[in-house]
Amino acid sequence: MDRASFWRSKTIRDGVLQAAFLAALIGLVLTAVLTARANLAAQGLTSGFDFLWKSTGWEMNFTLLHSERDDPYWYFLLLGLMNTLFMGTIGLAGASVIGLVVGLMRSGRNPAARLLGTLYIELFRNLPLIVQLFFWYALANALPNPRQAIEFAGAIISSRGIYVPGLTVTSGAVALAVAALLIGAALAIWIATARRFRRMERQRQRGAALMAFGLAALVAVIALVTGHDSTQPWTTFPAVDGLRVSGGFRIQPEFYCLAIAIMTYGGAYIGEIVRGGFKAVGRGQMEASRALGLSNWQVFTQVQMPLAFRAMLPILINQYVWLIKATTLGIAVGFSDFFMVIASSINHSGQTIEFISILVGGFLFINFSLAAILNRLNRAIALKGHQTGGAA
Amino acid sequence: MTLATDFRPRHSRLYRLRRAYFASPLTGLVTLLSVAILAWLAWIVLDWTVLQATFDADANQAICAERAGACWSVIANRWRIILFGLYPLDEQWRAGVACAVVALVIVLSCLPLMWRFSRLALVWVLGTAVFYTLMRGGIFGLVPVNEQQWGGLPLTLFIFVATGILGMPLAIGLALMRRSELPVIARVSGWIIDTIRSLPLLAILFTCAIVLPFMLPGFLIGEKLYRVIFGAALFFAAYQAEIIRGGFQGIPRGQEEAAKALGLGYWQRMGKVVLPQAFRLALPATINQFVIAFMETSLVVVVGFMELLAASNTAFRTGEWRFAYIEVYVFISAIYFAFVFGLSRYGAWLEARMSAGQRKD
Repeated sequence: MDRASFWRSKTIRDGVLQAAFLAALIGLVLTAVLTARANLAAQGLTSGFDFLWKSTGWEMNFTLLHSERDDPYWYFLLLGLMNTLFMGTIGLAGASVIGLVVGLMRSGRNPAARLLGTLYIELFRNLPLIVQLFFWYALANALPNPRQAIEFAGAIISSRGIYVPGLTVTSGAVALAVAALLIGAALAIWIATARRFRRMERQRQRGAALMAFGLAALVAVIALVTGHDSTQPWTTFPAVDGLRVSGGFRIQPEFYCLAIAIMTYGGAYIGEIVRGGFKAVGRGQMEASRALGLSNWQVFTQVQMPLAFRAMLPILINQYVWLIKATTLGIAVGFSDFFMVIASSINHSGQTIEFISILVGGFLFINFSLAAILNRLNRAIALKGHQTGGAA
Repeated sequence: MTLATDFRPRHSRLYRLRRAYFASPLTGLVTLLSVAILAWLAWIVLDWTVLQATFDADANQAICAERAGACWSVIANRWRIILFGLYPLDEQWRAGVACAVVALVIVLSCLPLMWRFSRLALVWVLGTAVFYTLMRGGIFGLVPVNEQQWGGLPLTLFIFVATGILGMPLAIGLALMRRSELPVIARVSGWIIDTIRSLPLLAILFTCAIVLPFMLPGFLIGEKLYRVIFGAALFFAAYQAEIIRGGFQGIPRGQEEAAKALGLGYWQRMGKVVLPQAFRLALPATINQFVIAFMETSLVVVVGFMELLAASNTAFRTGEWRFAYIEVYVFISAIYFAFVFGLSRYGAWLEARMSAGQRKD
């Protein structure tokens, strides 16, 4: 085979091209890894994941479980991941509620309500999230100090945070209870939607789902009871005590500012998705249900809502993944989420490659599992053999 | 004389108003509530921004505190820091002109007249060159100004424009690679796109700004600003590549097959047949992506750049203007809002214009 015909063969050309592509990529990654190793070695550090068991030497300002200054890195990473998931759950739930309200206002027939919804969406969607976050944080810091704190419905609002009445149980017990409830809810959804249980009778299936959730609720209550110190009363109320506030449960400004920012910003985007979902419900469907004699409320809950939800779910999945990623903005105000823990760990330990791979792995895990759960839900509720909203 | 054929009952204005706003007790309640909230908001905004505000440039905290409204004096005193950051005071006219050039480039590329690849490329490359020369200086008798001294609006615009210029070709490349017939290239570029998309932009910017110098051989490190721009461009490209892929999917298969049958090579097929149609289909989503990219320039505040947001933070955090943070945030919010709202309205207009010929009912 002479040279010309060697290169003329498509199989060979394609093979060489792909091999070169792969080689270039691998070369890039290898260069990065080797350089990082050399740099680490120059600083007297060894690469590898042994450092995960070393103590950190710094503190996290927001944790769901008890933590100390000298806890190992892996524990801090776990706490950071929990913070991200916690913030994500609160942010997504709040954004969904706001989005639903605003979306309904925008798709209703009342012009005044529509204007209000439009104003909200245009204002919060067209400003960068981080600008909004800084604004809320500046506002929170400008609240009066604890001595002149505002008392409102049992809560004390000050620049140090918002103090609300709380239960006297350890944070570990609360985390356990919440985890039990989440697992219970996930189990219930799985039983209600998975193909494995499709043959079951409707009644029994519902019963099994309820039982799974009830069991989880029981575990949660037991966790709370065992986590309670029996020498103290069950509830604690905040009170101004000289220069500081004692008792109660403190919600840090870093935490609630980020939560508010994600909720309001996400709410504006979800509001538009909700409106799109309602627009996608065919006129014919609504007219048919009215012709059948359903009341306005019935049309809304039995026809419009289910169809609209199906139409908006695929877009919602993307939005949710996007909002989970937005929790990383915590670093701007000092809320220790997963990313902030990673960033501080890199600054303190110098283990760059390791932490970057943990970072990538962590976010791939969070986003893929969220998308997988929601996609499963989407498949489970999709109308079989129909295109939602296609018929107008 | 025409016969009256319209038999629809004619309603008085009052009747129509009643039907829209007070059809049932519930709608009536919603209307009243909404109108009350709207009126309250309008009053608060008007009262704070105009009626009770202080517009005197020489005012200080005590004078402003006497009136309950906004203290716009902070803007009068600090607008240079907010808009231009630490850019040398005597050279700030250059930064101003540079911003105007970028604004002109953006307006020009929004005109359908300019929608030829060559014209767009010319305008953007020329605009960026003028911007860079003005900002960096060093030739034509302009005093050189280091990138570290750039700040405020010009830096925001520079990051945005550079992200677009770098990110767009990267996006086209990634999109073409993802639909390549070669399985390895298609698969691997798919992984790359999906991985980048599932990472937060902040994490990518942080990696580029702070971690990358440890991981690259010396000659590849470069200025921090350009590393960050590269990270932003990579993120933009991953999202934009998927948008272009969506455009590809909207093109009938016959188009490319016909081009093949005519004997066009790969680049001709892509450049003359596939890509133009894909871009047309993907235009609304592309503009949306640009809007998001503009908003996300403000994230570089976290890795230590003096762009618009960071510059305004310094504007009120130093000295006697600590109390006037709301005014400063309102001011830069107005800048962000004008740009983002303008672009998204333009996108909506384009979408309506494009779907005008395809309306079904």
